[in-house]
Amino acid sequence: MKRLHAVWKQLKRRPMSLFGCGLIGFFLLVALSAPFIARPEAGSRDPYIIPQTGYSPDPVLPSKDHWFGTTEQQYDLYYGMVWGTRTAFRVALEVVGMAMTIGVLLGGAAGFYGGWVDEALMRFTDIVLAFPDILLAVVIVAVTGPSLNHVMYSVMAVSWPSYARLVRGDVLSVKERDFVTAARALGASDGRILFRHIIPNSIYPVLVVASLSMGSIVITAAALSFLGLGAPVGYADWGQLISLSRNWIMGASGDPFAYWHTVVIPGLAIFLFVLGWNLLGDAVRDILDPRQK
Amino acid sequence: MLKFILKRLAFLPFVLFGVTALLFSCLQFLSPEMRAALYVKDPRQLSQLDAVIEKYGLRKPLPVQYGIWLKQVAHGDLGYSETAKMPVADAIRSFFPATFELTLVTFFPIMIVGVFFGVLSAVYRDKFIDHLTRFVAITGYSLPSFVLGLGLLMVFYGRLHWFPPGRYTLDTDMLVHSDAFRHWTGLLTLDCLLNRQWAAALDVAEHMVLPAATLLYISVALLLRITRSSMLEELTKDYVRTARAKGLPERVIIRKHALANALIPVVTLSSLLFIGLLGGVVITETVFDFPGIGRWGVQAAQQLDIPGVLGSTMLAAFLFVTANLISDILYAVVDPRIRVGN
Repeated sequence: MKRLHAVWKQLKRRPMSLFGCGLIGFFLLVALSAPFIARPEAGSRDPYIIPQTGYSPDPVLPSKDHWFGTTEQQYDLYYGMVWGTRTAFRVALEVVGMAMTIGVLLGGAAGFYGGWVDEALMRFTDIVLAFPDILLAVVIVAVTGPSLNHVMYSVMAVSWPSYARLVRGDVLSVKERDFVTAARALGASDGRILFRHIIPNSIYPVLVVASLSMGSIVITAAALSFLGLGAPVGYADWGQLISLSRNWIMGASGDPFAYWHTVVIPGLAIFLFVLGWNLLGDAVRDILDPRQK
Repeated sequence: MLKFILKRLAFLPFVLFGVTALLFSCLQFLSPEMRAALYVKDPRQLSQLDAVIEKYGLRKPLPVQYGIWLKQVAHGDLGYSETAKMPVADAIRSFFPATFELTLVTFFPIMIVGVFFGVLSAVYRDKFIDHLTRFVAITGYSLPSFVLGLGLLMVFYGRLHWFPPGRYTLDTDMLVHSDAFRHWTGLLTLDCLLNRQWAAALDVAEHMVLPAATLLYISVALLLRITRSSMLEELTKDYVRTARAKGLPERVIIRKHALANALIPVVTLSSLLFIGLLGGVVITETVFDFPGIGRWGVQAAQQLDIPGVLGSTMLAAFLFVTANLISDILYAVVDPRIRVGN
């Protein structure tokens, strides 16, 4: 808690980091107030399904009825952006959380037990790292079938190895420290030593990496949606909304920017969301990393 | 040193084996019928689905299929890629030079821009130029390549008609596939120049401007950061203070003393940057419809063209391991304090 307070004190001194906080705070506010600022239609079963106001294939520019305009097949872009904020948070937090958990468990076990456990786990990590991550993620979603959940699992499956490596290194150094020997001398079990003594003492670098990788994970997940592997058409997801715009970058004849809003609005949202996390992650790293002081 | 290199090279087959085995294990999510669908082009052929499954041995247990595939590879046959409409070996030969050319065209500008502004940013720490550089870097780092790519296409293709997507125009396409055109290097721009086809060379170069610009903006951030922090660290060291005490001009200290040392991590990481680029081209190539390994890999994965997926990922994994090895060797070569293997 004391450490968190110190973090906040430092944060206040950096205008860019504060801007990052502001961005994330803004998106958080939008996500929380989604049911009020973009009211789902009465009787709709799933608020994440964007309401359609017709079936015309051409996008329509922003107007009084549709603040951000509509995409092809008349999905309301404003509604999609607002509810898409929730999807973005869900993807970022769940994927980073899951990847971190897997990485900490595998890396912790590898560093703690050493020997063949270490060898086997780390060689497996090397193999996963040798894939270009987006390609492996595409393969996983392609074989399991396109859906938002599968996108999340696949991004998690390619992003845990960096955590595992990091944790293993830290565990290797922490387990030689005196308090671990003391705990062992007192007869503590392996599980207790690992979870109560070693992991809590090697978790900070992992948290730093987690906050730094939040942005790139959102980008990877959005890229999969962009390739048409994510949520179905009409689901409130920014990446999916951008993939809808791919056919409209040429605009209409004589007016190349006729459908600019289909690219710019969701693109801007992803960009600002990722920028916010990156600025925040940078700040957390600078503050927690003792070498920078 | 030699022992170290050999040890690392021995690791390569292991990684390739692991990567392909992992891919095969992903296939258990698919029924034989789903995999056979790739080879069925027409509803009337549906009656032959069983024959197709039989022909490709799709009903056999996965380890057996993997064994069969390994045996094929050992005989030099990588299979046939349906999405590329050619054997996998030919597809690699056709797509890899394109990706390599694009990566090469992007790599050197990134190095120059990254190192130059990284140093500038460190020397003028907390001044305007430092803030500007860091802002540009972090925005590039936060911009998804497909958003930037679509935006660039909208302006420079849709509006200005300067830089079209794809690899080349129809004229160049006919030219490079004619008998008179000799493929000296596989790098198309260079080949066009060597064949004295100036217009075609310009055409090919024009098609690479937007994807290269996208990759540059998105990847330069990493190098900027490394150069900056490495330079900042060197500038606080004792030998810099000594040089200052001797009364050397600041310019000489920065260029001759600090930069040489600050570049060590930069050189080492440059091969990793190359890897990052190869990963980044996957989406960039898809957005710009650029016929390289990345676009092929994505298409193959989406259409469950398993030989294509295996071929493209094996190539990527191969490049990854080699670049890592080069990075370690460079590290030892550049920094005399480091000797591997002793």
